[in-house]
This record gives sequence, C-alpha cells and structure tokens, in this order.
Amino acid sequence: GTSQKQIIYRSKRFLESRAPKLTENVKTAMIMKGGNTSQTVTQALKDIYSLKKPNAVLYKKKNITRPFEDSTSLEFFSKKSDCSLFLFGSHNKKRPNNLIFGRLFDFHVLDMIELGIEKYVSLSEIKTSKCPEGTKPMLVFAGEAFDVDNDLKRLKSLLLDFFRGPTVPAVRLAGLEHILHFTALDGKIYMRSYRCLLKKSGCRTPRIELEEIGPSFDFVMRRTHLASDDLYKLAHRQPKALKPKKKKNISHDAFGTKFGRVHMQKQDLSKLQTRKMKGLRKRKGGVDSTEDEAAAAPKQVKVES
Amino acid sequence: MAACSVEQLLAKAEAEEAEKLNSITVKKELDLEFDIGNLLAFDKNRVEVAVFRQQKKDEFLLALARDNTQLLINEIWKQPTERVEEAIVAKLPDPVTPLPREKPPPKAKPPTKWEQFAKLKGIQKKKKTNLVWDETAKEWRRRWGYKRVNDGTKEWLIEVPETADPNEDQFAKRVKAKKERVAKNEFNRLKNIARAQKGKAPGLGLTPKAQQSKDELARAVSVAKSSTASVGRFQDRLPKEKPPKNTGKKRKFEPLIGNFSNEKQKQLELLQVMDSKKPKMDITKAVNKQMREEDREEAAAKYKKGAGKRGRKGNMPGKGKGKGGKGKGGKGRAGGGGGKGRAGGGGGGGKKRSKPGKK
Repeated sequence: GTSQKQIIYRSKRFLESRAPKLTENVKTAMIMKGGNTSQTVTQALKDIYSLKKPNAVLYKKKNITRPFEDSTSLEFFSKKSDCSLFLFGSHNKKRPNNLIFGRLFDFHVLDMIELGIEKYVSLSEIKTSKCPEGTKPMLVFAGEAFDVDNDLKRLKSLLLDFFRGPTVPAVRLAGLEHILHFTALDGKIYMRSYRCLLKKSGCRTPRIELEEIGPSFDFVMRRTHLASDDLYKLAHRQPKALKPKKKKNISHDAFGTKFGRVHMQKQDLSKLQTRKMKGLRKRKGGVDSTEDEAAAAPKQVKVES
Repeated sequence: MAACSVEQLLAKAEAEEAEKLNSITVKKELDLEFDIGNLLAFDKNRVEVAVFRQQKKDEFLLALARDNTQLLINEIWKQPTERVEEAIVAKLPDPVTPLPREKPPPKAKPPTKWEQFAKLKGIQKKKKTNLVWDETAKEWRRRWGYKRVNDGTKEWLIEVPETADPNEDQFAKRVKAKKERVAKNEFNRLKNIARAQKGKAPGLGLTPKAQQSKDELARAVSVAKSSTASVGRFQDRLPKEKPPKNTGKKRKFEPLIGNFSNEKQKQLELLQVMDSKKPKMDITKAVNKQMREEDREEAAAKYKKGAGKRGRKGNMPGKGKGKGGKGKGGKGRAGGGGGKGRAGGGGGGGKKRSKPGKK
C-alpha cells in the first residue's frame, strides 16, 4: 500500500494545487439546480455540463437557495470544490427557465448575470455527430451591443471566461472543430454551437462550412449583480512576476540583425599596443642617418585592433 | 506581341488568384477584433433589426457564424506553424483580453534566515551537477542519496584522532552527530515556517484603522506611553492631555492593618446580613433586572416569529442555533436573578402597592 510519506506528499500536492499561484489553473464550473426546476432547465444544465467537461461538476441534488439574495451557500460550495465559475438553474412562475451564470473571486461572488431561456433546442434533439469532449472551442461574439451596453460587456467577459477552457501555447489545426457563436440582437442573446468543417479551397487556408450540433439557446437578460469597479480592478491585478521583462540594449535593424551597444572606457592611445618593429627600436647612442633610413623604409604600421 | 502575351498571362494569373481567394474572403464593413490566444473574434458590425426579423433566424445566424468563423480561421492560419508528431500545430500568442483571476496573487513569503544572510553577503546560488566522478569506484555517482560519493555510513575503518578518548566509539559518535544535524535542520525549518506565518498585526490591535474611536486612540496613547524602559513613569504629559482613566488598578484592597474601627464596623454588618432571614436586596438593581428580562423576552418572541419563517426557506442553522443558545443562557441567568428580583420586587412592590386602608 501507500506509505505514510506518499500520503503526506499527495496531500501537500493537493493543497498546493488549490493555493493561490502566479499562473492559475483552468477555471472549473459548478452546475447546480435550485429549489424548483423544469425539464428544460435540467436538460440545459446537462448540455452545458457536456460542453464544459472535464472542467465542470454537475450536482444532482436541488439546492434551496436564492443566489441574488444570499450567496453564502454558493461561496461555501466554491470553497469545498475549488470552483470559481457557477451555473445555477431554476424555474418558477415569475422567472421561468432561469439560468444564472456567475464567477467568484477569492471565494466571494464577483459577477452574476441571470438569463432566461426563451427557446431551447437540446443536444439530443439535433441529430448530428458531436465534437469530442474537451476540445477548445472558438468563440465569436457578434453585435455592437456587446460593446455598447455595460451589462452586455460584462456578459461577454463572463461567457468568455466560462467557455474558453485552458490556455494553450499551440493548437492543432485539424482539431479546430468546435465554435460557439453569441449574437446580441433585438434585445435577445442567441447562442449557437456549430461544428466546423474545413473544406479545400484553392489556397492554404481552408474554406469553412458549419453544421449545427447544438445546444441552441435564445436568452433574454434578466437581473444582474455586477462587481463594483474597485473589486473588479482588484480581481484583475496581475502579480509583477508575470509581466514580461523588457530586455534593454537590444535593437533590430531592417534586416533583422540584432544589435547591442558595448560601452568602453576611454583608451589611452599613447599606451596602445602596436606591432614592434625591431629596426625602429631606439639604440643607445645610435647614428641619426641609420635611424632616418630605417624610419623611412616601412610603409604603414598596422594597428592591431 | 511578346509584351501583349505577358500582360495577358499576368492578368490571367491575377484572375486565378482572385478566384482562389474568393472562397475564403468575406466582405465586412468593419474588421473583426481578434484575440487569437483565446480563439476569440468580436464582430461589431451592425445588423438591421428589421432585416433580421424578416428572415428565418437560424439560417441568418448560420450564415453570420460561417462568415465570422471564416475570418477567424483566416487569422489563425496566419500564425507560425510547426510539425509535432504527424500533426501540424499553430503557435498561439498570449491571450489579450483581460480576465479576472480566480484567487488573489500569492503573497511573497518572507525570506528565511539563510536567504537574508545570503542577500546581505551577496552569496549567489551555484547550480551543482547531479553526478560527481568517484575516483575509488571509477564511475559517476550521485552527489547525495543512494550509492553516493562520500558515504560516511559505509566506512569500515575510522581512525581515532589523537585528541580523542581511545575508548570512545567513533561509529556511534558519527551516528549521533548525524542525528543532531538532522534535528537542528528540522528545528530551523519549523522556525522559518513559524516566522513566515507570524508576520501579522502587532498585539493589542494598535494598527491604525480608518476610523478610530476616542477610547481606542486613548488606549493607543497610553500603551505607547508605557512602552519605555521605566514603564512610562518619566513621560511628560502634553499640555491638554487628560490623565488616563481606568488604566490603573482594577480592584482596591484595604490595607491589612489600618482603620480598626472601620474593620470592626464592616465585620459586624456582615454578621447582621448573614443572620437576617430576608435576602439582602437592592431595589433599583432588582427593578432594572426585571425590566431587562422583560425586554429580552419580547425580543426573543419577535425573533422566534422571524426565524420560524426563514427556517422553511433558507438554511441558517449557525445563526439560529447560536442566537438561540446565547439567548437561552442569558435568559437562564436573568431568569434566576429576575426570579429572585421578581419575588423580592413583587414582595417589596406588593407591599408598597397595598391599599392604603390595609396599611
């Protein structure tokens, strides 16, 4: 079995993975149901869970809380499962088919936006082959409203945070299969999920054909709870170590050659080391004529650099 | 004639190129904003709502998505690529969009004693190689660990130094020295951890807060004053500073041998109280206690009504239990005191309230 020391190291690694770090882990989402849910909401939560797998946990039990009134139980769950994103689904007469997307900072609620599902087509209803689990999706936001309206701006940031997945240094070109498209039009937000087919075009870049795989949502924005400006700024503060260190004294010219400057002290030219000509050496009590002849003979003294 | 055919060729080549690019070009009024690190594209172009409402929504959205995806793919294909194990991979730049962190950035740990010393002396960390050449074994051995270079434990012969006692066990001495070194290292490691964790607020909360009340400030002043070598005896007071109150002795004891008559008086009074059948009672105190108890009962009744409602909706077990427990404890005490008070008060008050005729 595992020795005591292995258990200690395992628990230490576990705690270290949950501690604050310079470059953070992928944000995981907790998907949960409220006191009363409809078939639409439960199916929607399951579909979004499959989009977000493996960086998500789906809770089966109902949680009788109201995030907009009391967020303590959400914060408690986030601490226990180390999740900084959440999706809370509920259904009642006043707010039917309600989804609350939210994120936390330091286990306290940062932003919460409530979206109502007006129209929903689930994954199972659209009969096409789906993308493999864990593919990093391409995200497209369309509509100038995402740039103009403050609430929609935050929603864009929140949806990006929710769906983007891990940050990778490189991506396999053939693996760019999944695309999530959000459109803000006519007071509604349309979310569509497509599978990307790369067709041959005449040149290197392929031609795109899209095939809808689902799920497909027509959302309407309901309540919002956005973080105050200073809390939002605090959450964005990056540690200094992450900022790229600027290398001084490096410049490039038009051809791409790297240049640098070397600073030297002032040289005493009288003490410059030159080639010694034996014939030019001063002789003790020498004859001037011979010296002059010897001096006239050599053409140039090569200065060694 | 040659010139004419060259022109024709060029025109033909251009037309072919344009045709090739036709399949992947998309015309947009405004260029999209890209964040390739996040595989993100943002299309700010306006769509006429009236136009949108007329068409079939899904088809319109599909066409829009196709165009935007095409532009995004064009951007991604512009990135530098390399071949990694039979797959072509495009290198992505760093993400540009600022997103909030999960947790606050880690706090810098305070440097350990050795780190402080090294910084002071300018000692740099030297990277050592993992393997060292061992002459005796004629091979590369580890610097430390299993089968290391200078393994002191494997020695079968230790010379007794001249200054040492001939009867001393040198092997045991080595083992003991190693144990001591290990224990000292562990002790220093724990001290470093303790020092790292301790660097928090100074005692008594003398850190300045945003709004400090008058007595907090007064307390801070008095503590600062008495933090001298002579415990504040020779510290002058500022011209308008008032002498500190409540910082002196908390209890006053009479001197042991002093006022004899006073002492006699006190002892006799005590005996009187012990003798009397009636409980010694302070009427004002009793009445105050009774009023407090009644207020507390009212508050508890109100809270129970409110807690009952909330109990069904939300789970606040901690709050409810805590308050209930404290309330019960308080009530118990007050009940006991109040009971006595009530009985006495009732008796005393009753006496007072009796009809004048009877009296």
